[in-house]
Amino acid sequence: MTQDLTRRTFLRGLLGGASISLGLPALEIFLNDHGNAWANGAPLPLRFGTWFWGCGMNPSRWVPTQAGDGWEPTVELAPVNVVREHVNILSGFNAILDGRLNHPHQSGVIAMLTGEAPEEPHDVPAPTLDILISDAVGNDTRFRSIEMSASGSARHSYSRRSKSNINPAEVSPVALYTRIFGPDFRDPNAAEFVPDPAVMLRRSVVSAVKDDRTRLEARLGAADRRRLDEYLTSVRQLERQLEVQLSEPPPLAACSVPPVPKEMEVGSEINSASRNHELMTDVLALALACDQTRVFNMVFSYGASNLHKEGNNTGHHQLTHEEPMDPEQGCQPRATFFVDRSMEAWATFVQKLAAIEEGDGTLLDNTFVLAHSETSFAKVHDVLGLPVMTAGRAGGRVKTGQHIEGAADPVTRIGLSAQQIMGLGRERWGSQSMETSRAIGELFA
Amino acid sequence: MLSPRREQRAALGPGGRRVSRVAERREGGKRPACRHIAAGLVALASLFGGALGCGESAEQTAGGPVAMRRLTEAQYRQTIADVFGDEIKVVGRFEPDVRDEGLLAVGASQVTITPVGFEQYEVIARSVAAQVLAPERRDAVVPCQPLVAEGADGACARAFVESVGPVLLRRALEPADVAPRVDIANAAAEEVGDFYAGLEFALSSLLLSPEFLFRVESVLPADASADRSRLSDGSLAQRLSFFLWNTTPDAELLAAVARGELATDVGLEEQVERLVASERLEAGVRAFFMDVLRFDEFEDVGKDASLYPKYSRKLLEDAQEQTLRVVGDHLVTRRDDYRDLFTTERSFMTRTLGLVYGVAVRSREGWEPMSFPLGHPRAGVLSHVSTLALHAHPGRTSATLRGLFIREAILCQHVPAAPADVDFSVVQDTNNSDHRTARDRLEAHRTEPSCSGCHERMDPIGLAFEHFDGIGEYRNNENGVPIDASGELDGVRFDDARGFAAAIRDEPATVACVVENLYKYAVGHAPNGKEVAFLRHLEERFGEAGYRLPDLMAMIAMSEPFRTVARTPVGGEGAGT
Repeated sequence: MTQDLTRRTFLRGLLGGASISLGLPALEIFLNDHGNAWANGAPLPLRFGTWFWGCGMNPSRWVPTQAGDGWEPTVELAPVNVVREHVNILSGFNAILDGRLNHPHQSGVIAMLTGEAPEEPHDVPAPTLDILISDAVGNDTRFRSIEMSASGSARHSYSRRSKSNINPAEVSPVALYTRIFGPDFRDPNAAEFVPDPAVMLRRSVVSAVKDDRTRLEARLGAADRRRLDEYLTSVRQLERQLEVQLSEPPPLAACSVPPVPKEMEVGSEINSASRNHELMTDVLALALACDQTRVFNMVFSYGASNLHKEGNNTGHHQLTHEEPMDPEQGCQPRATFFVDRSMEAWATFVQKLAAIEEGDGTLLDNTFVLAHSETSFAKVHDVLGLPVMTAGRAGGRVKTGQHIEGAADPVTRIGLSAQQIMGLGRERWGSQSMETSRAIGELFA
Repeated sequence: MLSPRREQRAALGPGGRRVSRVAERREGGKRPACRHIAAGLVALASLFGGALGCGESAEQTAGGPVAMRRLTEAQYRQTIADVFGDEIKVVGRFEPDVRDEGLLAVGASQVTITPVGFEQYEVIARSVAAQVLAPERRDAVVPCQPLVAEGADGACARAFVESVGPVLLRRALEPADVAPRVDIANAAAEEVGDFYAGLEFALSSLLLSPEFLFRVESVLPADASADRSRLSDGSLAQRLSFFLWNTTPDAELLAAVARGELATDVGLEEQVERLVASERLEAGVRAFFMDVLRFDEFEDVGKDASLYPKYSRKLLEDAQEQTLRVVGDHLVTRRDDYRDLFTTERSFMTRTLGLVYGVAVRSREGWEPMSFPLGHPRAGVLSHVSTLALHAHPGRTSATLRGLFIREAILCQHVPAAPADVDFSVVQDTNNSDHRTARDRLEAHRTEPSCSGCHERMDPIGLAFEHFDGIGEYRNNENGVPIDASGELDGVRFDDARGFAAAIRDEPATVACVVENLYKYAVGHAPNGKEVAFLRHLEERFGEAGYRLPDLMAMIAMSEPFRTVARTPVGGEGAGT
């Protein structure tokens, strides 16, 4: 019977069967000596995410002059300085187009995420980083990944398996909340776990449609067969989600159910986007703490940012093209307002993940986030020196607090590093001039 | 091989103009079917209805590949309403449809279903199934009474699956479709202790089938020597129904399939006549125009309410409905000339719209028919609030976006994207006192050689609408300067939006474009070279029929390329065999 003295029975005894109060930090005795895994050896979940903002920055005002730990905050990184212990600043990494056109607001982000510049504006030459990573680490959670867009459109998503397979984004904090913490949510800290027979039946429903596919396949040409395969991948994904709900989850001390967010207008006005971003981040942080997903993609604003400010007739993207440079400030001041707001939002995002205690650190410590944009200087759609930041220590694998200079190396070094950090056995990544086998040594602890 | 940029340049016609694939071919580009025939001769030959000299008349052209199209959100909703009643609520988020070749209907042949999308389909399916089998509705769809309501009844479950299955999958069922669903129903009925709960799970599984979520077409076997295959009758019925009504085939059409009638010209004609004569044609025509006019993009539109106090979500909703009402009334109810859609003064108004149009609307709620009064600055659907607001920024107009939309969607002409490294700042600063109107700013812009090639195609058209602000309300001045809306459309001068309306009405590309779009919409792919020759033939017949859109729809539905698929060599994609 000693075997049955699990953490759960212990806790249940301790609390007299009452539901465990939520938000408690994990008790030390349940963690191993390093505080990075449960005592039984199961590691704390390791998460990966991306955070995107549109229309870049002004290189001369954003990039710190010193490399290493002692970087001085620049005027545009000032908002990020408050979280500097959690982040790395990466500058000077290039998207290399190998003679292909620079498709405005497309080439930079696709090169960064797929390791290859697109031939045509909407091409997705290879699956995006989050897809590669979720294929490897996203199978044991209820959701393979969660996509969110703060600026109002479900189309604002860079999570793409192919050109025809783009994961749509959640745009409403309430809808995001309902999807994760609605009726299908099984609290890992609940006293009792009884598999829901309805979920078992739903799984058999989903399994049945796989047979439909077999008969259909024979009638299709090669391209449609590929599309049917992608459909099938989605079917399997839901099957797995339902299976996850049928097995008892380990308790997670950091997990608690957030309050239902307030219903509010979604859209591309900067204040509304910032509020939505905060509300969605609150839900996301606890979704991660409750291990509902290990991969996420947050779009604060999309490429060619549609953000605008109430009362101003010209939005962020138009401003980057039309506003004259202010020689004293070295930027387009009205466009740069949106860069500042984006950096503030990023800092808020990092703080919210760092505010949740987990193990002997925080949720952020067990996460690796890549923040990036599609251009450096948006006025000319520059894809050299793309601005990138990371946040979180990925369970102790990543060293933070530095400014790392890329010295015109391909941006694929970042994507390769991310895959290695997330435990993918990838040795080379990227195509043509961007193919690389050199991860960024400074990132690794 | 040309690099993409060189290819793009090569595709630029005279004056840097790049035209759509179809227009390229129309202007004498690739024409694989009849390479040795001069472009002009094709039209001549088709006028006489005779052979083209390469063994085939345009009329007898075989069609392009079969399609596997994901149901659009509208088609999914309409199908559920038609099969189970319009009181069934379809609550859920669909993944966005994708536009290709200017149409969601073509994009539907390329998209797949993402994990997020499938997760949502499952939520929707459960909710639909629960409503359909709720106690007050179940008797309408379940053709039998279970022996016991608290458990399984395999025979009755089978009867239910066999009755709804063919309608949802749009074909006759095979045993392998039925058995697993009956098993699911039985298992669930036992588990839950409710026969109808069992049926809910069986119905869910039909609603998640790839053959419900996709419209999968197939062809009949053909002789090895044949140059084409015929679409199966079931596939043809799907094409007809979604093309003409934007929904799943009705019982009568399915019965015609079962009787083998669609295989004959007479039988097909009978069904096409029935579908085109039905009042449901209006739903089909509205769906086509929602696609062409890109109304799905309204989902992402927000205007700055502090700059536009008359802006509201309701304004945008009413604006779309207004245009669709005019389209339905003009083209379907009145069977009027398609070209006059661009000049018609007939419209419909709500009080919300009336505030922006500057006209009094008597009824507090609902719609009133109304013609633009004498001296009103508007004419035709392109001067509606819908199009003007959709193709503008949140806080200001955009002559470029409006011009681009008209070039692409109404004239089917392609305009390349701006090069990456252009500096717009000097010419676009709205605070620059030398350039106070959009025209001033854009004209400065068009003197830049790298911009002028494309902007000359877009801006003069868009400037015709400068009297209408970012939500489509009339204004005389911009920054205190009177607006000049004059310009020219490919050589035809106009003074303002009304003059532009007359010019685009008479522009031949306007007619060619709707023919091209309607055909692409019907078959789900961009026309190949042979199909382009067919489209030219169709243009002429459209003109002979007085440019009545329902007639054009019937012509397409009856045509050879709509019903057949050209054979491709073994291993070729999309042969459908």
